[in-house]
Amino acid sequence: MFDLGGKNALVTGATGGLGGAIARKLHARGARVALSGTRAEKLERLAAELGEHCTVTPCNLSDSDAVDSLVKRVSESLGGDIDILVSNAGLTRDRLLMRMRDDDWHMVQKVNLEAYFRLARACLRGMMKSRRGRIVGVTSVVGVTGNPGQANYAASKAGMIGFSKSLAQEVASRGVTVNCVAPGFIASPITDVLNDVQKKTILNKIPAGYLGTGDDVANAVLYLVSDEASYVTGQTLHVNGGMAMI
Amino acid sequence: MSDISERVKKMVVEHLGANEDEVTEKAHLIDDLGADSLDTVELVMKIEEEFDMEIPEDAAEQIRTVGDAINYIKEKS
Repeated sequence: MFDLGGKNALVTGATGGLGGAIARKLHARGARVALSGTRAEKLERLAAELGEHCTVTPCNLSDSDAVDSLVKRVSESLGGDIDILVSNAGLTRDRLLMRMRDDDWHMVQKVNLEAYFRLARACLRGMMKSRRGRIVGVTSVVGVTGNPGQANYAASKAGMIGFSKSLAQEVASRGVTVNCVAPGFIASPITDVLNDVQKKTILNKIPAGYLGTGDDVANAVLYLVSDEASYVTGQTLHVNGGMAMI
Repeated sequence: MSDISERVKKMVVEHLGANEDEVTEKAHLIDDLGADSLDTVELVMKIEEEFDMEIPEDAAEQIRTVGDAINYIKEKS
């Protein structure tokens, strides 16, 4: 089950906790993995940890030209077309809408949503040719529920879902699936520093009673990119301990 | 030059599983040969590779018949 031997995968945002967990998981299942992110040093450390069948392709996702050329660079570094795209990179610029600056809006759309569009478009050529491909966008529960202070972020994440559903319909007949994974609250350096009251408030919203881990999210991604999920497309898989059932 | 025509027709036959007799220069890819819009995108991709050329989106959208494709390649090569 879930064997990715011989497949080429690109994971963006691999410097983050989630991206790192996803990259490790796909690699452990036999995929050749290209790690992308902004911090080359951190990517190199992860690559050193993973060892063989892993390359580092840093990219600033707010730079359109760099994004457009990333897929080509990755294909060259992995020695073949990309079979699996995991668009995981994302950033937040949280602010109440009345205080939100244009740049807070544009930057979030550019990195979270537009980069996903550019990468998916560039990967499709190879996927259509080989009549198989897996595209997964890592979105967020707030893309479906909304969240005060995150209008820009929630819009970008909801956009990823709508984008994925449309693309899924375009390419389903060619063996390419497009899905999203929507994490809820995941333990991270950001949640580590919350105080007890803040933690309790969050946990009260989660029926499971604890924060998820990067591994929980990576397992969902692994399923969607596997051969076993070939009949699953246009879906959003929520990984949130029950905090939103949608 | 007829070589281009033969190569394009062969690609269309192979990609769409169309009958050779039906693949004439006048044949409309979608209306006559049953291509869907994604097929036309794929055919353009295949032409780009076969003839080692890049076809911009605007030009690709104008390729509606087998003859359109052949003429475009002839003009550019």
